Amino acid sequence: MSAQLLQTLLGGLTIGAIYALVALGFSIIYNASRVINFAQGEFVMLGGMATVWLAAASWPLPLAGLAAVLLAAGAGLALARFAVAPARGASVVTLIIITIGASILLRGLAALVWDKKIHPLPPFSGEAPILVGGAALLPQSLWVLGVTLLVVLLLSGFFARTLTGKALLATSHNRLAAQLAGISVQRVLLASFALSAALGALAGILVAPITFTSWDVGVMLGLKGFAAAILGGLGSGPGAVLGGLALGMIEALGAGYVSSAYKDAIAFVIILAVLVFMPGGLLGKRSTDRV
Amino acid sequence: MPRPGGLAALALVVVLLPLALPNNYTYEVAILVGLNAIVCVGLNLLIGYAGQISLGHAGFFGLGAYGSAILTARYGWPPLGALAASLGAVGLLAWVVGRPILRLQGHYLAMATLGLGIIVSIVLVTEDRLTGGPDGMSVPPLGAFGWTLAGEKAWYWTVGALLLAAVWLARNLIDSPRGRALRALHGSEVAAEVIGIDSARHKLGVFVLSAMFAAAAGALTAHYAGFITPSKAAFLHSIELVTMVVFGGMASTFGAVVGAAVLTTLPQFLTVLKDYEMMVFGAVMILTMVFMPRGLVPTLEQALAAQR
Amino acid sequence: MDWRKFIALAAGLALAAGVQAQQPPIRIGAFLAATGPAAFLGDPEQKTLELYVEKLNAVGGLLGRKLQLVSYDSAGDAEKARTFAKRLIEQDKVDVIVGGSTTGETMAVVPLVEQAGVPFISLAGAVVIIEPVKKWVFKTPHTDRMACEKVFVDMKARGASRVALISGSGGFDKSMRAECLKVARGHGIEIVADETYGAGDTDMTAQLTKIKGTAGVQAVLNAGFGQGPAIVTKNYRQLGLAQPLYQSHGVASKQFIALAGEAAEGVRLPAAALLIAATLPDADVQKKVVVDYKREYEGRYKSEISTFGGHAYDGLMLAVEAIRRAGSTNKEAVRSALESIRGYVGTGGVVNMSPQDHMGLDLSAFRMLEVRKGDWTLVK
Repeated sequence: MSAQLLQTLLGGLTIGAIYALVALGFSIIYNASRVINFAQGEFVMLGGMATVWLAAASWPLPLAGLAAVLLAAGAGLALARFAVAPARGASVVTLIIITIGASILLRGLAALVWDKKIHPLPPFSGEAPILVGGAALLPQSLWVLGVTLLVVLLLSGFFARTLTGKALLATSHNRLAAQLAGISVQRVLLASFALSAALGALAGILVAPITFTSWDVGVMLGLKGFAAAILGGLGSGPGAVLGGLALGMIEALGAGYVSSAYKDAIAFVIILAVLVFMPGGLLGKRSTDRV
Repeated sequence: MPRPGGLAALALVVVLLPLALPNNYTYEVAILVGLNAIVCVGLNLLIGYAGQISLGHAGFFGLGAYGSAILTARYGWPPLGALAASLGAVGLLAWVVGRPILRLQGHYLAMATLGLGIIVSIVLVTEDRLTGGPDGMSVPPLGAFGWTLAGEKAWYWTVGALLLAAVWLARNLIDSPRGRALRALHGSEVAAEVIGIDSARHKLGVFVLSAMFAAAAGALTAHYAGFITPSKAAFLHSIELVTMVVFGGMASTFGAVVGAAVLTTLPQFLTVLKDYEMMVFGAVMILTMVFMPRGLVPTLEQALAAQR
Repeated sequence: MDWRKFIALAAGLALAAGVQAQQPPIRIGAFLAATGPAAFLGDPEQKTLELYVEKLNAVGGLLGRKLQLVSYDSAGDAEKARTFAKRLIEQDKVDVIVGGSTTGETMAVVPLVEQAGVPFISLAGAVVIIEPVKKWVFKTPHTDRMACEKVFVDMKARGASRVALISGSGGFDKSMRAECLKVARGHGIEIVADETYGAGDTDMTAQLTKIKGTAGVQAVLNAGFGQGPAIVTKNYRQLGLAQPLYQSHGVASKQFIALAGEAAEGVRLPAAALLIAATLPDADVQKKVVVDYKREYEGRYKSEISTFGGHAYDGLMLAVEAIRRAGSTNKEAVRSALESIRGYVGTGGVVNMSPQDHMGLDLSAFRMLEVRKGDWTLVK
């Protein structure tokens, strides 16, 4: 494999892992409540910015990161409790507007509390590139890939083995049956938002040493995460991961071999093509309507 | 609910409003409200009546704007001809892309329209020799046979008349058999098909019509401002448009106009908040949707009806 | 004294006091990208204008009148900028406008100020703003063409003539790239590679790998703005590219070094003297102005200065100087006064306006800086 191809693929894999984490957040919330949370990107921003802020206040980095993830989870809970839960029966479009309003609110808050500058995070284990077959890999990329893999494994364990996880899954399959079985749909909603927010924040912290973070870094990442979730099939965990990795690779290959200016357009054209032929995404279930 | 007096009331507002507009800046805001309202009336047909989501309508707005701008500025076409050609081209494009993507449902359709809007936006930014790139391009004014449409007052009357025409068109569509077919579609696509409504054809028709409304408003905006930038085709603008429709009231043409009016003028009032503006705007969006999930006008109508 | 006379006296005094106190303030209008993708530019500009209007008022204002800043946030959007400019002109009735953080916003407003006849000092970079010269439009930042020329001159001095270009897709990037392609031949430079990346891109290794594979590249110029150039710089070192790397004045700030980290070592770019205020030789004509601005801004806002804030400072001070020379806020008088300013020392350089040149800076206003040991130093 040529060095250039390897370099491109590794870059695509790294950013794809981030998209996968954000897409997982979308899928988890969608499963629990049929809501698309357009504020998901802002959780990514919170993770990175809060860590930068705490680190600047001399907190040790791991502690700052943990606190940032908890802060984001708290924000997710607040969003679910005060903005989404009260609008339970509203139409799809109304809920979209609510989460978009939340994303604007969070961005305004971030610009106010912090600032509008771009901030770096120090890489977890240095910047000396690792040479792999002619390609130069950043150590941070290994962190991104490794942690994402770990998170995916932990999540599948969570959903398969813990009571809360199973409750979340049950609600996604059939809300009424879950309620009849005694599962509190409200609690499931809150838990799903908190979990997704934590995932987003983690993604933000992992990627900040490579891509920097700022008050509005969530806009594009949220959009790409949504696209990845749809590509893989909304509501499917494995789909979200596959969609994220695929999107990352398509972008990198598009930039390296076709046209770097049109890289995003190429990715969206491919997503559209997939949707036309597979209306439920790559791994999505074929939905059936009750008549 | 047919409201024959509604159009007359709107016409009265358009005619009397200038009495409350002291200077050119306020005229400008009124013109922008009118232009946004034209897009929203069309978008409302799609979202509110046909029940389809579009998160990429700013793409049609941008294409209409740039189509007319490029034809007049770079190729010297007469402005009215350029506008008509641009409208036609966008309608054709909407027809071509609408057929495959309208088969998608719900969030998948949202993603498809989102993707379309972003692709348009990227093309407009990248093809800078034609479009002037991210810094935009100048646009010649609108005119015909030696006479130029210039000045805020002239534009106000033009946009006001076009808005009334758009509302009239929309209401006629809604109160027609086609409109009833659309509403049936919204209620249940399967049921509508069972009684013989060709849902694909109807959805496509509304999609193309709403795209052309957006393109018309886009072209007019470009000629009015004398300048156009690709941000008009961006995702953020698409979201603003959807918010206006939902805020004003889905399945309500006048709701669309009200939504456009409120959300176009609100930022002008919120400037006093300076750094807090974004936060307040986001909070307003959340609160109004939580407390008035069907939008402003239907909620008001419901409140008034309940009082009787 | 009887009460009738008392009232008459009181009324007379009140009237006199009223007439004296009610001199209308001089209104400086501004529309800046304080939020949005260009907040990097608009935020320091806003802060600078607020700070100095306050300081000027503290020492008695201008022509015996207070200064009033009316500013709006256009968020980098050209249409918003237009609407706010119209608001400034028609509703707020400002005397002069200082603003327009980006070229798009500025160009959208140009027809308005030309028609309304209001002096407008732009804070944006592209050369198209003042070329061709427009009667009411001025600008303070150096043009992108000047940046290209300064870099090319330095490259030639180091013996490099085959150059690779890499730029982003933002307005600043594209405009500078176009100017560089235009002026390269005239400076004996051959552009052998021309790569681009997207605005929000996080990985430029693909483009840099292509440059690495191009034969005979002797130097690389990154015409960019925002975080892209920092990522390019990091990727540059990651891939082990050895040729000299030049950046543009769009990243002339300490923040670029913070973002790019160790990779920034040895990077050169053209910048205003403001960036090296502390280490400028005392004999330098700009020393006092830049040191004062740095001290005031950093003292008030506890945050690093940037050249963008410096351009806003220059814009405001030029407007103030023009009004002072004109002796009134008559717009034509102020405009002529602006046009006749010579030898004005600002943070961006020494300004010599003329009817043909509404920017007034020449190549010497740019200093060539290099990153050494994590800080900007002057290249002699």
